[in-house]
Amino acid sequence: MVFNAFPSAIFVKSKRKRDVFMKEKKAYAGIVITGAVIGLIAVVLVALGNPKNMGFCIACFLRDIAGATKLHSAAVVQYFRPEVVGLVVGAMAMAMIGKEFSPKGGSAPAIRFFLGAFVMIGALVFLGCPLRMVLRLGGGDLNAVVGLLGFAVGILIGIFFLNKGFTLKRTYKLPKSEAFALPVALVFLFVLVLIVPSLFAFSENGPGSMHAPIIIALIAGLVVGALCQKSRMCMVAGIRDLVMFKDFKLLLGFITIFVAALIGNLVTGNFHLGFAGQPIAHSVHLWNFMGMLIVGLGSVLLGGCPLRQLILTGEGNTDSAVTVLGYIVGAAFAHNFGLAGAAASAESIGGPSVNGKVAVIIGLVVMLAVAALNTAKANKNS
Amino acid sequence: MANKEIVDARGLSCPQPVLMTKKAVEKGGSQYEVLVDNGTAKENVTRFAANAGFKVTVQEDGEDYRLILSK
Repeated sequence: MVFNAFPSAIFVKSKRKRDVFMKEKKAYAGIVITGAVIGLIAVVLVALGNPKNMGFCIACFLRDIAGATKLHSAAVVQYFRPEVVGLVVGAMAMAMIGKEFSPKGGSAPAIRFFLGAFVMIGALVFLGCPLRMVLRLGGGDLNAVVGLLGFAVGILIGIFFLNKGFTLKRTYKLPKSEAFALPVALVFLFVLVLIVPSLFAFSENGPGSMHAPIIIALIAGLVVGALCQKSRMCMVAGIRDLVMFKDFKLLLGFITIFVAALIGNLVTGNFHLGFAGQPIAHSVHLWNFMGMLIVGLGSVLLGGCPLRQLILTGEGNTDSAVTVLGYIVGAAFAHNFGLAGAAASAESIGGPSVNGKVAVIIGLVVMLAVAALNTAKANKNS
Repeated sequence: MANKEIVDARGLSCPQPVLMTKKAVEKGGSQYEVLVDNGTAKENVTRFAANAGFKVTVQEDGEDYRLILSK
């Protein structure tokens, strides 16, 4: 009996593990399909006109929208990106189909607004949100490796606070109209762009002038939005959950996007390995690192990357809607105050201005303060 | 029947519900009830608990989910 107990115990344990794996196979398949579709659609959008390595970039797209609506006047980054409208509406449709559309909010909205603004500033110093960082990696841009290191360090700092009890407190159920506010506003603006384009600003050159056809961009957003809602794709949660819970599901999505973009770029001839001469990027390493560090930290405090915040907005989460508004205002500040990193060019190595560096430091201080204040409180209460 | 500890994670988004479950489970009990109010938390807590060796049953409770963990 005793002799037999040990092997059978191991057998039971491994069988249970296998059952768990089988049950989760669908979830893993979902995240892999989503990652592959995002990576490939991103390459297609670039082939059809989007700036290089910018098939999707939530930070860049929201910055362009801020420009199109004249919240800032940087002439090269003004375009109303249909992908953003598609992502939110696609996520909303999928959430409604899956009975997951649930209007809620009230978890520190003002704090989230400012965290969102600083995440955006960090992303624009680096020149890309976490999703574009992965797409840049897939294009061979080694500056994105530096960004990834900063991003990971930011996430680790965030995890430190989470483990200490950091929380922005719970959400509450809200009336439906709250959940529809931002999605409806986005759709309204988009329709207005189509009917009365003269109201808006559109770049004549630079990244803002480069875009895929409107209908294709919109469909791409709808498809990716729906898939991301279903699969919970999130660039920040991938690394976070691996470190905190040894859960690699979401990291699998991150890796699949990279692999799909890599293959797509190799096929279309857009893969160029190196630091120099990368599209819309600079090689000022310290600030690539620092920019993505505050993106990682801020996004852990917010509970998700910019892509995820758009998807949650579609699900009816008004805290995420407020975060998205924070991103847009952060983008406007970034360009009105010259905070964004400049892309390297023949004349300049690019990178952020002094103002941009100071803004990243202020962002880091604000995030650490928010994290510390909301951790200490949680400890006192418990 | 051992005491069933209740983890109320309603209104919270991940990773908090998983973190709360993890902290509770680390105390070494064998029966837990985790309350969450969103699909993501339901999936994540289920995955975490299953990996930690619990059998998980999900009950829908209005707009909330009640996850029964046992081993």
